[in-house]
Amino acid sequence: MAAETKIDPMHQFQISPIFGNLDGSAFVFTNSALWMLVVLACITGFMLMGMKRQLVPGRWQVAAEGMVGFINSMVEGSIGPSGRTYLPWVFTAFVFILFANFLGAMPFAVVGAHPFTVTSQFTVTGVMSIISFAIVLGVGFWKHGLHFFSLFVPKDTPFILKLLIAPIEFISFLVRPFSLGLRPFIAMFAGHILLDVFGNFVVQGLNAGGGGYAISLLCFLFVAFINALELLVGAIQAYVFALLTSLYINDAVNLH
Amino acid sequence: MDLASAKVIGAGLAAIGVGAAAAGVGIVFGSFLQGALRNPAAADGQQGRLFIGFAAAELLGLMAFAVAMIILYAI
Repeated sequence: MAAETKIDPMHQFQISPIFGNLDGSAFVFTNSALWMLVVLACITGFMLMGMKRQLVPGRWQVAAEGMVGFINSMVEGSIGPSGRTYLPWVFTAFVFILFANFLGAMPFAVVGAHPFTVTSQFTVTGVMSIISFAIVLGVGFWKHGLHFFSLFVPKDTPFILKLLIAPIEFISFLVRPFSLGLRPFIAMFAGHILLDVFGNFVVQGLNAGGGGYAISLLCFLFVAFINALELLVGAIQAYVFALLTSLYINDAVNLH
Repeated sequence: MDLASAKVIGAGLAAIGVGAAAAGVGIVFGSFLQGALRNPAAADGQQGRLFIGFAAAELLGLMAFAVAMIILYAI
């Protein structure tokens, strides 16, 4: 039996500087920033190819229009006719998370590049959820003033119950930005650890030989399955982030 | 008990949460199917809520898994 290799699934999330160094300098260009630029380039390319406004739409235009239409109908469905105002941010967040998740799951390692999933860092998704909540609070206070606090008090409830429900609603509102940002982050984090661990099992099984080959084959099939699941989860998490953002904005716009 | 064995036991305990989340995801989809088969016309309109419930249940399972992995490899 070959020597046991240490599995280190956390290594893939390491931020490593490309220009500058992490201790002290004000501006550091890291692999995270590089992959954010790659995501940005992909989104820009995708949208530019789809925004040619041809009378007979080509493939790219159908894809881009379908994506915008999907988010548009979701936002208008949950906020109402005035929801189009918030489409830019919801669509931006959806497309960014979707492309970051998909690019991180692509097997670029085959050609030697080291893909980095931007959304596997809580700083990124956390900042996105903070932007969402800045919009919620801004819209709420701008449209309703201090009346916005009636969000925490449900209508037509007995006074005693209101005393109980208001703090609970307040705490649930405070937790929302945290859980909103945690969701895409933890999905990518856990999925990539799973891929890494079982990918290591494949190699270890091959090294062991004998019965290890069978285990290796099983793990390989499992990794393939998890990879497909990861694509599904990446899409679902982007959708859920967009959906929850529009639901929270709906709370602020319509106040129950 | 030394740290290495405590780590493995702790990771095993943390993995229980994944099973609990599996039950949660099963309940979400099971209830959706129950409702959808009774009134198929209304099912399409509820898919957004289905995915919210799925994501909420799945998040907790993934968190349990992430905690187990952090205990095993990151500490």
